[in-house]
Amino acid sequence: MERIIFYIISILMIVFAVMSVSNRNIMRSIIYLLFVLIGIAGLYFMVQFYFLGAVQLTVYAGGIIVLYVNSIMLVEKINNPLDVTKFWKRLLAGAIATTGAGLTLVAIWSHNFKEATVSKEIGINEIGKAFLSYGDKGYILPFEVISILLLAAMVGAIVIAKTNKVKESN
Amino acid sequence: MISGVSIYEILTVSTIIFFIGIYGFVTRKNLIAMLMSVELILNSAALNFVIINKYLFPEAVEGAIFSIFIIAVAAAETALALAIIINLYRLVMSLKTDELETMKF
Repeated sequence: MERIIFYIISILMIVFAVMSVSNRNIMRSIIYLLFVLIGIAGLYFMVQFYFLGAVQLTVYAGGIIVLYVNSIMLVEKINNPLDVTKFWKRLLAGAIATTGAGLTLVAIWSHNFKEATVSKEIGINEIGKAFLSYGDKGYILPFEVISILLLAAMVGAIVIAKTNKVKESN
Repeated sequence: MISGVSIYEILTVSTIIFFIGIYGFVTRKNLIAMLMSVELILNSAALNFVIINKYLFPEAVEGAIFSIFIIAVAAAETALALAIIINLYRLVMSLKTDELETMKF
């Protein structure tokens, strides 16, 4: 049963990813990207990483997609189709991507992974303790660096988006 | 882990999504559409961290932690890049990569 659900999610994700990079209407393209992100959240739920699946749904499907939709509505005329590159360039890019994917898949399938036999669910309390402990296997320093990074990104986005107006008033 | 599904099949799916993202990044000519392909690439990388944590080292939590870091960095990157793109659109009135040839203001 789980196997069938996994195959359905995977095939839908690959089809929607291809449609997302090839559709000429940018609004449809972003909606197909949303379906891919929801499919990845579904895979997180299937391997019992419930907290990570919830983060994926809220941050990506809820936050980033809305940010994209707002920016597209601000800057694009939605009905204008996107430019396409020349046919031979698309062919070359497709050949490069297919070759890379083939090489990576050969490397993966020829490697002998030693799969663990036990399965253990990682709860939110273990993740929280790992984030806040500063001993062995503690991640408090990267946690603080990430919070500084998010603050800097927020301030930077405001400053960049406002630069033009300040300059005009001088 | 998902019963009946080996690690090879999930890694195959994430590899295919990664290279679809690379194809889109190379062929798109619009800045926002290129950023969307980058999202595909980042997501497949985060999926790889989670799957390898689950299948090979089920006692560890590092995969979940690094995936959360990837999601946070991706959110910051998207917000900053969209701010730059909106500001650029005000200056040049276009988002096509062929027509953006100035970095001065």
